[in-house]
Amino acid sequence: MKRFIIFLLIISIYKICFTENIKPKAKSVIQIWLWGGPSHLDTFDPKPNAGYDYTGPFKSISTNVPGIEINELLVNLAKIADKYSIIRSLTHGINAHETATYVMQTGHLPEERLVYPAVGAVVSLFKGYDYGYKNILPPYIILTTSLGRFSEIGFLGPKYKPFVTGGDPNKTPFAVEGIILEGISEKRKVYRKELLSTIDVFSKFVPWIKEFEYFDLCRKKAYEIIEGEMAKIFDLSSEPEAVRDRYGRNKFGQSCLVARKLVEKGVIYVTINYTGWDTHSNHFQQMRQKLPELDKGLSALIEDLYERKLLDTTIVWVTGEFGRTPKIQWEPPWNGGRGHYGNCFSVLVAGGGFKGGCVVGATDEKGEKVIDRPVYPQDLLGSIYYLLGIDPEGKFPEKFGENIRILPPIEKGEKKGILKEIMYE
Amino acid sequence: MQKCLNFIKMRRNWILILNLLLINFGFAEKIIIPYEKEKWETVETEIDKIVFSTLKKYKIEPANPSSDEVFIRRVYLDLLGTLPEPEEVIGFLNDKNPDKRKQLIDKLLERDEFAEYWSLKWCDILRVKSEFPINLWPNSVQAYHRWILNSLKENKPYDKFVRELLTSSGSNFRNPPVNFYRAVQGKNPASIASAVCLTFLGIRYEKLPVEIQRGMCNFFAKIGYKKTLEWKEEIVYFDQNNKESLTGIFPDGTKIIIPPDKDPREIFADWLIRPDNPYFSKNIVNRIWAWIFGRGIIHEPDDIRPDNFPSIPELLSYLEKEFIKSNYDLRHIYKLILNSRTYQQSFIPKTNNPEGEKYFAFYPIQRIPAEVLLDIIWKFTGIGEEYISQIPEPYTIIPSNQKNVLLADGSITSSFLELFGRPPRDTGYENERNNRVNEDQIRYLLNSSELYRKIQNSQNLRKLILQKRGDYQGTIEIIYLTLLSRYPQKEEMETLKSYFKKEGIDTKQAVEDIVWAIINSKEFLYKH
Repeated sequence: MKRFIIFLLIISIYKICFTENIKPKAKSVIQIWLWGGPSHLDTFDPKPNAGYDYTGPFKSISTNVPGIEINELLVNLAKIADKYSIIRSLTHGINAHETATYVMQTGHLPEERLVYPAVGAVVSLFKGYDYGYKNILPPYIILTTSLGRFSEIGFLGPKYKPFVTGGDPNKTPFAVEGIILEGISEKRKVYRKELLSTIDVFSKFVPWIKEFEYFDLCRKKAYEIIEGEMAKIFDLSSEPEAVRDRYGRNKFGQSCLVARKLVEKGVIYVTINYTGWDTHSNHFQQMRQKLPELDKGLSALIEDLYERKLLDTTIVWVTGEFGRTPKIQWEPPWNGGRGHYGNCFSVLVAGGGFKGGCVVGATDEKGEKVIDRPVYPQDLLGSIYYLLGIDPEGKFPEKFGENIRILPPIEKGEKKGILKEIMYE
Repeated sequence: MQKCLNFIKMRRNWILILNLLLINFGFAEKIIIPYEKEKWETVETEIDKIVFSTLKKYKIEPANPSSDEVFIRRVYLDLLGTLPEPEEVIGFLNDKNPDKRKQLIDKLLERDEFAEYWSLKWCDILRVKSEFPINLWPNSVQAYHRWILNSLKENKPYDKFVRELLTSSGSNFRNPPVNFYRAVQGKNPASIASAVCLTFLGIRYEKLPVEIQRGMCNFFAKIGYKKTLEWKEEIVYFDQNNKESLTGIFPDGTKIIIPPDKDPREIFADWLIRPDNPYFSKNIVNRIWAWIFGRGIIHEPDDIRPDNFPSIPELLSYLEKEFIKSNYDLRHIYKLILNSRTYQQSFIPKTNNPEGEKYFAFYPIQRIPAEVLLDIIWKFTGIGEEYISQIPEPYTIIPSNQKNVLLADGSITSSFLELFGRPPRDTGYENERNNRVNEDQIRYLLNSSELYRKIQNSQNLRKLILQKRGDYQGTIEIIYLTLLSRYPQKEEMETLKSYFKKEGIDTKQAVEDIVWAIINSKEFLYKH
């Protein structure tokens, strides 16, 4: 018996000493999803020497970090390159929107039999209500429409579904679906609530049916949200005009502002679904409109988080499902367009334990191939999990099935796997 | 003492105390108007003999007969996925024929909506969607859906339906049932065998012994797929390149040699649809029962295994026999179930026995499925949803005047349908569809701008208000008949009429609010 106890003691000491304890650095994540796939050449991986058929009319500019150049339209981001890092060697080789989105969101290839949950749902599983999250705001919020057509929750079930706001934060009011309902006076709201119980005959006759008890509980909670503080958090009209202007008076800019407010209130995962990057034709005209929008909103977000001392605990990551073909398609019907390109593309990461001012990996002189330090989707997601204190090599809780890994195996070693080179010790 | 007083003060508790008193004094026996009636007119059937004798054995009292109001709403929702029109409700309530329920069931089974609504269920379990992780592509989705719908419309015998799905060869556009072999996550034999087990046997492949799994795979080891010059066309065929003869093993363990010149799928299908096959009929009759009662005689209905016992074995074998005798007529099973008293019971349980649901001592309430709910709102307000899907190509555009239960493609984005538990159609499991209420759904119904605008901008409501010009009673009556399939009770009518007199609310707003409140009521949201 004594021996057995000693044996147990040794084992537990061993476990304490030798299990890698991950200390979370990040508390929140803001994911900016450039739906459609932005050109890597025209954003964070410019190739000024590749010739006009690759660069088109755009030039690159230098940033406040010597040696890092980005697209000339990203003027504000160029001033704060010390606050973010650029991964130029992301690769998965898939050129179809849905599948590429799935791979970027889950880290898994679709050949496996299970449909995996997206990164936001995984984070809201491990950091949400099951692990002591207490907040009137849901742990996982999407601004303003949901990402793709694969169900974001995979096998996790509706409990981990993101809250999708709907509406447009650049409009007044920001009509968050199911939270803010315009056009009904306060008085009428009271009447309506009374009317609900008048009409509810079932509760009078059969209050003991279990399902109805649950229904009543749901309604109580729903009213708590509708009448509670949540509506105020989404209301941008109380923000100073200067702050709103700084982010840019457009849907994306104002979404960034809402995201900052949500993170400030303790929301764990916010995704901004920024559409319009699938530029098959008239690519350059569209980029002239989109890039300044992205530049203003994103730079304001990073700086604002920094000024509020939130950047250290908030990961911001920006990418789409793939890049775009480096060689421009000048011929009709594209007339200067770029197609889908999954061989290599760029990701911007900032905060939450990621260092700024670094570049990871590289592509060849035309931006067609990764030539240094390939980064796979699971490496990127694994790094985000790692910084949040979720073990990238870990498994889902047993209730979802036996031995289901959060991510496929991640390579280990110098310049491989988790992005340790751009993390603070 | 204070606690005790507080307990009595709370209104909710009063209801509880009152109920306890009622039950103690035997008043709970009383039938509840307008949901129940005193006497059965429905003839007792074989199903009832089996179910009620089982209930007696377990000392569970069956529920009261449902009222005609409850019955007509229930049977429309269960068979057609719609609500009856007010005129249909009035006609049915006034009909004095004791046989009227049976006649109504017969009539509804012949309507196109029956096939339309049930094609939705079949598309769920056959995983009809254009992209990810099932990649049927838009054109095949439409062809496959049309084929399923037409098979149900013509009431194709079920054995024939399954045989076509399992043995067809040809183009995914021109011979739609071949899409069965394309609507799987991986086109390898194991993936297909697993889909076949689940869909037609109700068993889980992964729970079979490994040897049987391997033997099952051999039935699907010679399926070939090839592209054509037409975009996204694919031919499914019997691939004879492999000249080996294979040994197939059926799920029951019997072995068979498959000669190289014989399509293994044919051999499997022949075994499957034999009348003495222990799985084939059991799976489908149990599923139909589960589709109607929300719970199978074997539960979960697609997880049949030796240690998952049927709650009433005699009931299951009775239905199996009837199914084979009827020459695999699906509608015959619906008819048997719907004409039983078991189905026509009230949703209000007589006793609080937790086993009651398992032995079907009442009709269990179930939230109306997502597509049906959206269709009801569309039909009532006159405002529908338009769907545009640009990925994958070619584009799919569904006009707003098409029913949601007819949405062929499970990939089409709809936040409403997702919120209300439409299945992703990734696996074909029954439990992918989620008809449970949750907080987000309730919040949507209470406070969504989308739903509010539909009610506010409804031409149908405007017409109704104009027609009834100041006749509040008539307006309320029509709304009740349309959404709840019954007349309002006297007290309800009085309180609702007084709502029109609230300060600062005009007639149109009052009508909007009443509609909104009914849509938010349990009586509306649940099939009952």
